[in-house]
Amino acid sequence: MSLLEVTDLKVSFPTSDGLVQAVRGLSFTVDRGRTLAIVGESGSGKTVSTQAILGLSPGADISGTALFEGVDLLELDREQLRRIRGAEISVVFQDPLTSLHPLYKVGRQIEELFHVHRPDTSRAEARKRAIELLGLVGIPRPDRRVDDYPHQFSGGMRQRAMIAMSLALNPKLIVADEPTTALDATVQAQILELIGRVQAEFDIALILITHDLGVVAGIADEVLVMYAGLVAERADRRTLYYRPHHPYTKGLLESIPGSTGTRGDRLRPIPGSPPSLIDLPSGCAFHPRCPYAMPVCAAERPPPAKVTGGGGHASACWLPHEAVGLGPEADALRLQAKEA
Amino acid sequence: MLLEVENVVKHFPITTGLLVKQTIGQVSAVDGVSFDLSPGETLGLVGETGCGKSTLARCVAGLHPITSGRVRFDGDDITNLPRARMRAYRRDIQVIFQDPYGSLNPRRRVGSIIADPLVVHRVSRGTELRRTVQELMERVGLNPEHYNRFPAEFSGGQRQRIGVARALALRPRLIICDEPVSALDVSIQAQILNLLKDLQDEFGLTYLFIAHDLSVVRHISDRIAVMYLGKIVELAGADELHEHPRHPYTNALLSATAVADPDEAERRRRIILTGDVPSPIDPPSGCRFHPRCPKARERCSSEEPPPALRDHLVACHFPVEAGEDLTTSGSGGRPA
Ligand SMILES: Nc1ncnc2c1ncn2[C@@H]1O[C@H](COP(=O)(O)OP(=O)(O)OP(=O)(O)O)[C@@H](O)[C@H]1O
Ligand SMILES: Nc1ncnc2c1ncn2[C@@H]1O[C@H](COP(=O)(O)OP(=O)(O)OP(=O)(O)O)[C@@H](O)[C@H]1O
Ligand code: SF4
Ligand code: SF4
Ligand SMILES: [Mg+2]
Ligand SMILES: [Mg+2]
Repeated sequence: MSLLEVTDLKVSFPTSDGLVQAVRGLSFTVDRGRTLAIVGESGSGKTVSTQAILGLSPGADISGTALFEGVDLLELDREQLRRIRGAEISVVFQDPLTSLHPLYKVGRQIEELFHVHRPDTSRAEARKRAIELLGLVGIPRPDRRVDDYPHQFSGGMRQRAMIAMSLALNPKLIVADEPTTALDATVQAQILELIGRVQAEFDIALILITHDLGVVAGIADEVLVMYAGLVAERADRRTLYYRPHHPYTKGLLESIPGSTGTRGDRLRPIPGSPPSLIDLPSGCAFHPRCPYAMPVCAAERPPPAKVTGGGGHASACWLPHEAVGLGPEADALRLQAKEA
Repeated sequence: MLLEVENVVKHFPITTGLLVKQTIGQVSAVDGVSFDLSPGETLGLVGETGCGKSTLARCVAGLHPITSGRVRFDGDDITNLPRARMRAYRRDIQVIFQDPYGSLNPRRRVGSIIADPLVVHRVSRGTELRRTVQELMERVGLNPEHYNRFPAEFSGGQRQRIGVARALALRPRLIICDEPVSALDVSIQAQILNLLKDLQDEFGLTYLFIAHDLSVVRHISDRIAVMYLGKIVELAGADELHEHPRHPYTNALLSATAVADPDEAERRRRIILTGDVPSPIDPPSGCRFHPRCPKARERCSSEEPPPALRDHLVACHFPVEAGEDLTTSGSGGRPA
């Protein structure tokens, strides 16, 4: 049994402009101790899908199931969810300032977790654990910094403090939503190294949400590419980068500077921009931007299907299953299907 | 040379007191920076948050008075020119800003936003103005019929195109691009990078291109300058800098840059720097990088290395030699 098994998740927001269909039938699993990266452009539904599962999307219409160790999170009441969140599943957000309370000392906020979730922990024990945790994530002189306020920490230190908090109660799953996006490259490398280290040490499963395919290449076991609220493609890391099937994945990879080989060459961007979630294109939502679109694409939504990349490689695209890869042969296969 | 920047210093005073302002210190945002730019060339400027990239850009564009140093444009000294005399150069030097959301007035129509510089400099008006603006929109890939729309009706990438059109309106010679693609998704970022490249070829533009993403900078630049805490620590040809980085900070920055290639990511040995970038209010003595540098020796904390000069410049007492491995002298690479 997977640690987390999400099936046919749909999340929408009624707004004055119409119904925003943010997540439209998303299914995925995360196994114990593994890292699943969720990538996709801004607005593709990465944040909403995980927040909905954790009960953090007020005002949303949600359907589907999200089994965490066999228990459907979407059936739990607020109090039950709150107990799981923070203890069994913890969350690290992009901007630690929004999740750290500005008026409480950093150490106090970690101690508070013990008081809420493990009421039998003594004050002294909670403080000792707080200092240990800050040390574990590489805060220098943790015995002193434990009494600092969040604003006295740098951006990188705040993110470390968030990671310390997320580890406090030995969670089975950490959801990290763009944990390094706001950080500089050298600090980002420190934090990713830290996340990878604690994850391996404590055998924690990780859902890493990011729009940066560079970050994912070094850290993920499996990658889920989202487009307009759906899974476009899912594969293990190597398959996704070297043998992608979905034209959207291919487009993302080819947009990265350096992907074309020589400096200064023209890049191959995906034309157009992501669709409105209120007025989605028919069939495959990617069809207005897809260079391989065929008549069927505008008519019918392609179901996720196994393709020939190997393992659990699946892609939601009408192109032939063997059209995987980035090279000219794969392209020829794709174009052949389009012409047919 | 189209642009010559000589030993430019920009300090911001830190003041206290409500009625009587007292200066209690200063932010050394830019601290003795020199470089030049030939016509048609692109110089990339990289560095982490707060190292002074935007401040330097504003100094060059004449948007900030500089504390000391010299800026020459096309041979003319334009250092701290009074407003009226700077006007003539404003046409030649344009800036594109990072934030496609914040830098456009939400209550004005895009047509008039793009027309602004043409109106201010009295270049054209009436139906000719409208035609010029629509040509510009077309050129940057916007639908000219969307002339009367508001910024909110455009996506992030389209808003950045509006910024490009506005910068292009006066046919400038130098465009300073301050993180023009940092806020954009990778596929949209690629569209804008292609557009900037095409415009450069078409109009012979010279770019000073600022970003914190080294792969973006490498893609677009002929030469790259690396900044750390207000100083250029290394300056070299784009490929040379990537293949033979000599400053320890450049080495660390390169090794920390994420690559979208699993094999390469695993092969790569990272130099994980300890600590954070120090404050420009109270920069470290000697070499400003010394508290984080894996190669630092005693001399580094007392004596400032001479500024980077000419060709392949590196401001370091002990530059990295070919084949030298910093991952062992630092706190180690990333565990597999
Ligand atoms: N409370 C809300 N009301 C209406 N629409 C919402 C709400 N929250 C999110 N959305 C919309 O749902 C869509 C998906 O948003 P989400 O935040 O999941 O995107 P994302 O993939 O995380 O993007 P990013 O990379 O920008 O964080 C977006 O179009 C967003 O505008
Ligand atoms: N008007 C100002 N008054 C006082 N200090 C300033 C001012 N503008 C910038 N600074 C300071 O100067 C330093 C350099 O800032 P600058 O914005 O140039 O950095 P940057 O390299 O562009 O950073 P980023 O990558 O975050 O855009 C920072 O410490 C900043 O706080
Ligand atoms: S289903 Fe059609 S439009 Fe969609 S990605 Fe595949 S080929 Fe392109
Ligand atoms: S001068 Fe010394 S501290 Fe500075 S970068 Fe060179 S070796 Fe490192
Ligand atoms: Mg998000
Ligand atoms: Mg800046």
